[in-house]
Amino acid sequence: MNGPDLQRSLRLFERMLLIRRMEERLGDLGKAGELPGNVHLYIGQEAVATGVCAHLDDSDWVASTHRGHGHFLAKGGDPRAMAAELMGKETGICHGKGGSMHVADVSKGILGANGIVGGGVGLAVGAALGAQLDGEGRVAVVFFGDGASSQGVISEALNIAALWKLPLLLVCENNGFSQFSPYETVNAGDIWRRAEPFGMPGALVDGNDVHAVWRVVGEAVARARSGEGATLIEARTYRWRTHVESEESFLAAPYRTQEEVESWKQRDPISRLEEFLVSEDLEKDVAAIRARVEGVTESAITDALNDPLPPVSRAFEDMFANG
Amino acid sequence: MAKRRLIHAVNEALHEEMERDDRVILYGEDVRIGLFGDTRGLFDKFGGKRVINTPISEVVMTGMAVGMAAAGYRPICHMMYGNFLYTGFDSIANQAAKLRYMTAGQLKLPLVYLASTGAGRSSGAQHSDAPYPGVMNLGGIKVVIPSTPADAKGLMKASIREDNPVLFLLPTRRGGEQGEVPDGDHVVPLGKGSVKREGRDVTVVAIGVMVRHAMRAAATLSEEGIEVEVVDPMTLFPLDKELILASVRKTGRLVILDEARATCSAASEIAAIVAEQGFASLRGPVGSVAKIVKLEHAWRRLDGRNDDGFQVAPFPG
Repeated sequence: MNGPDLQRSLRLFERMLLIRRMEERLGDLGKAGELPGNVHLYIGQEAVATGVCAHLDDSDWVASTHRGHGHFLAKGGDPRAMAAELMGKETGICHGKGGSMHVADVSKGILGANGIVGGGVGLAVGAALGAQLDGEGRVAVVFFGDGASSQGVISEALNIAALWKLPLLLVCENNGFSQFSPYETVNAGDIWRRAEPFGMPGALVDGNDVHAVWRVVGEAVARARSGEGATLIEARTYRWRTHVESEESFLAAPYRTQEEVESWKQRDPISRLEEFLVSEDLEKDVAAIRARVEGVTESAITDALNDPLPPVSRAFEDMFANG
Repeated sequence: MAKRRLIHAVNEALHEEMERDDRVILYGEDVRIGLFGDTRGLFDKFGGKRVINTPISEVVMTGMAVGMAAAGYRPICHMMYGNFLYTGFDSIANQAAKLRYMTAGQLKLPLVYLASTGAGRSSGAQHSDAPYPGVMNLGGIKVVIPSTPADAKGLMKASIREDNPVLFLLPTRRGGEQGEVPDGDHVVPLGKGSVKREGRDVTVVAIGVMVRHAMRAAATLSEEGIEVEVVDPMTLFPLDKELILASVRKTGRLVILDEARATCSAASEIAAIVAEQGFASLRGPVGSVAKIVKLEHAWRRLDGRNDDGFQVAPFPG
């Protein structure tokens, strides 16, 4: 598959930048004590969610991870509703009952971030089976990390997805760490190679190159939509921020070097795309996008901060449908 | 009315509900053949797109039900033995039980986990658990356990039509027993218990296969002039508290028969409810008969056993 055209590239840039700026602001708010609960930021990995979700529409499904803000925004989730959810506000996408680890918008096919490592896998396999039974060309995508790749459910899902030729993409975002454990200390071999024994296509892609992700995923989505089955994709990337915000306050020792972090920042997926766009004489478009993203981010955060908290009665709703 | 075995009454319910709604999909390990007989004939009638054999993969199976329900289907995930619920428990507890609540009602999850429950077949302790106490504690899963063929059919139909996750338990020891099943669209609502025998002297709340023992005991005691009221909750979560409390108000005494272990069980929950909300009606302490050991395999050979191999012990055991 050829790379995206320039207009598409501009849209990819805008989405990646929105994820980045929203999370930078939310990280600051977390430090200021505005966000209850744990927050896991996606900064540095934006090219993966963006390159994948650019091929999906609202009727396709994604199941996400505890580091799920990027997937939510890339799939079309509303920035203000996400920010408000992290703040526990009434206007939050889940009325403040989920929080950072559970942002979901089912109307946009977002089955939700998930607090269980590997927890989205079964959901996506079921959604893919539903899509296959519907026969309308829908696909399901499950994002999971290198940490989740060690969960047993991955083996079960690979087997079932290959056996039934499910319209499913298993997208592993290898960001280098299972929580605080470096990849090579807890994982054997390459994740993407696990597809081959099941007779499933597997691909390795530079997760900091949104064009590369877009191309590989485009081919996999096309296969899935046409009934040719599932694909396992490993996108190698890096988590710039901590596993969880504020981890410095409780970790006894560092688990990575600052040099390593800095070396990955030199491969910033957003800067890479920006340099490409500028080289294509799109500097003005880039500047316009930057201004637009600042506006969207600012109003999303400001509105969410001003939004009311939910009434206590909310806590007693939604256990069951129909009462 | 027709005589049916419990397992065949469930099979009838599956046939009728799959006929009624083509969004109902049954899947699980060897459901095309069917170990228990409850899925018999379904594959031949509805085909491989609606009756789906899975690999032995309980971890992903339980999560799939949630994804299929989100995608608009009404899955029945057949887990075979109740103990295998534990193998797939992550998605039952962390996804099915919680996602509707955590998404503030964005998801409707009409799904059924179907599994056997109970001992008495000398299958050993890993095939004989009564796994409902832990599921009752989750809060987001309705828990159903019938004791008669008629109830089994009606409750299964209601479970499939329910818009929330349901754990439907098949009491294995009653699968082969016959009972009258009403003709037509026989639906028994969830959340409502049933008085199986009226009596004035003592309330016996019996769960699943224990209803049979309660009925036998009631017949015996009646000859001695003691009239037992036998209450079958049928749905353990949400529990029909009012029915139990009303019965205790009438009799002033309560004994609970439960096949699960006594600790944190349906029996202890019922005892707690009556202690909290019906204490003034009680004329004596609540009694309980529940499992305290896991000896399952050798019971057929033990002297002095009762029919199901349970040791009768005082509550809480």
